[in-house]
Amino acid sequence: MNNIYLDYAATTPVDERVITAMQPYFNIRFGNPSSLHQFGQQAETALDLSRREMAGYLGAMPSELIFTSSGSESDNLALRGTAFASREKTGANHLLVSPIEHPAVLATARQLADLHGFDVTYIPVDEFGMVSPTMVQTNLRDDTALVSVMHANNEIGTLNPIAEIGQLCRDRGIPFHSDAVQSAAHFPLDVNDLKVDLMALGAHKFYGPKGVGALYVRSGIDLIPMLTGGSQELGLRAATQNTPLIVGMAKAFKLVQVDHNARTNHIRPLRDHLINQVLSLIPSSQLTGHPETRLPNHASFVFEDADGNLLISVLDAAGFACSSGSACKTGDPEPSLLLTHLNYSLSWAMGSLRVTLGKDTTSDDIDAFLEILPGCIQQVRELKS
Amino acid sequence: MSGGVDSSVSAALLKEQGYDVIGVMLRLWSDSDSQNRCCAPDAQAEARHIAGLLEFPFYVIDAQDQFYQAVVLPFIDGYAQGITPNPCLNCNRLIRWDFLLERAAALGAKYLATGHYARIQQTPTEHYQLLKSRDLQKDQSYVLHVLTQKSLSQTIFPLANLSKSQVRKLAGEYSLPVAERPDSQDLCFVGQGDYRDFLRKTDPSINKPGPILNPESKIIGEHPGLADFTIGQRKGLRISSPESLYVIRKDIDQNALIVGNKEHLGRTEFFADQVNWIAGVPPQDPIQATIKIRYKSPETPGTITALKGHSVQIQLESPLPDITPGQAAVFYQNDICLGGGIIRSD
Repeated sequence: MNNIYLDYAATTPVDERVITAMQPYFNIRFGNPSSLHQFGQQAETALDLSRREMAGYLGAMPSELIFTSSGSESDNLALRGTAFASREKTGANHLLVSPIEHPAVLATARQLADLHGFDVTYIPVDEFGMVSPTMVQTNLRDDTALVSVMHANNEIGTLNPIAEIGQLCRDRGIPFHSDAVQSAAHFPLDVNDLKVDLMALGAHKFYGPKGVGALYVRSGIDLIPMLTGGSQELGLRAATQNTPLIVGMAKAFKLVQVDHNARTNHIRPLRDHLINQVLSLIPSSQLTGHPETRLPNHASFVFEDADGNLLISVLDAAGFACSSGSACKTGDPEPSLLLTHLNYSLSWAMGSLRVTLGKDTTSDDIDAFLEILPGCIQQVRELKS
Repeated sequence: MSGGVDSSVSAALLKEQGYDVIGVMLRLWSDSDSQNRCCAPDAQAEARHIAGLLEFPFYVIDAQDQFYQAVVLPFIDGYAQGITPNPCLNCNRLIRWDFLLERAAALGAKYLATGHYARIQQTPTEHYQLLKSRDLQKDQSYVLHVLTQKSLSQTIFPLANLSKSQVRKLAGEYSLPVAERPDSQDLCFVGQGDYRDFLRKTDPSINKPGPILNPESKIIGEHPGLADFTIGQRKGLRISSPESLYVIRKDIDQNALIVGNKEHLGRTEFFADQVNWIAGVPPQDPIQATIKIRYKSPETPGTITALKGHSVQIQLESPLPDITPGQAAVFYQNDICLGGGIIRSD
């Protein structure tokens, strides 16, 4: 397959250097990190060094970083863990979340409300899907157990003023969680600069393997474990640690820290060119999300009277892998919840397209994409009418 | 290993010298829910980390019962008898050497190495001598005077010829963390509070209020418990007096604290029991030596005469104010530690 991959927000290819780093931990240094013997000790050392290294880049202590199976699991643990711990400790019963959160946060918050009686407030956002600190402040309550606002939105790329929101929460002594799964590939994430108490990461968004994530938990924040059993991960997540994947995540994270400036300098101009061209070449097109305050690799659009789902299929057949907020493999698309929330009418919201670039994207890729895109959209629009 | 800089650098040095190193941390008994400071979770994590960095195996060996029996019970008992025990001595002799040497042998080890600041020297007659560290500020021979010929023959002190600042520098060179375990005055096995709280909690009968007497046996006040005081202590007596009063003696039978002024305090003659002579045998004739009666006190010249049954009589050239039953008197000739014993109650 010679298709061009333009969906780096969905996942990224694992860096060769990451694969090399992981390799010995599958079959040579394969021990269980909890085992007493030297096979176990080798694995534990790898785990320990991975944790220290990642924590170091995050400005955290090693004991503040928990390895999980994914960004989604990290979000789940952050929400359920703090919600139940806060309720247990102080009777706090209120969750404040942004409506543009990843489903891992939104669905968890909904379950906490529906099954466990938590009171959930959704923070109003502006037309770009950005959460304003003022609206957070307005909605904070004395019984707020947790505030959750994502760093960068996956669908429309908008960045939120995390540090300001974090400061507001800190002033009130309320734990603040941020899903940084999308931003980790692009920015240094210092938990002290960002003023987060919890932060979710997923390795496969930054050229690491799938199936591994991390949750930063600031010292002093109480969590009730969701996965109970052994005392792995400081007792906050039972299950034998997946040493090879964790080693891979730490390696990938390190490479990001070293490279992200160069990567951004490469990607951003390509992305800017893409946005400008699409908006000028395609009639009835709009950029979704914030025009400037957005992920540097992220372009997202809506096209009026175009079936986004069909567009993705047509583009894929033409050799380009993109995605859409309304994409649905079963052929029964719903408009994106986020776009609906941002008051896009159905005729616009159904025609969304997300193009996300990565470190291996070339200007030739973008030129080729721009060459076929107008025709594809015209084709899709004609099929609809 | 403690996770601290001394044992870590020791391990790195041994590794570099070609030894096949095994890291060991002892799990020691601790009061209540808190962990013993010597093996707290962060200390353990740090030691494991260092063993991982230096690529040698690391094990935690449980010595909680042995430590309780050999160190904690005699400590409580010592206070019950009115002395001021030094639990580190029993710990070194019975736990850190006897017990650990046996376990180390089972792991296939020939030697036990620690991060102590002291030296071992083999004489032409195949005897082992214990010498002070080259860094006299850090010298730890006082707490090592309990070692025998056999234990010394199996012991390596990799930091023997190094100063603390050199050790810190080496830690940097080996890229080891230079974290320092705080040198706390409190005992490692006492959780919250200090040893007095521990004693009160363990056995309230040990530390009961009683009279304070002057040297003429006249009651001049009341003390909250003998264990709160040590010989030479001036603070905490709560008696108004024209001149400063010092604890000069404890009378365990009457549960009385005897206080007096400075002249009552000094002594030149005392006895020590449970004496260990590093050479293995006591000297035939009285010897001239310098004597150290506390870990951090200076040495005082004197004459030591070996008596029957592992005891000695010690005659100092000048009086010392704080000769404290239960503490060790350790004997030196220049850099050589000859041995020592436990200061006897009157």
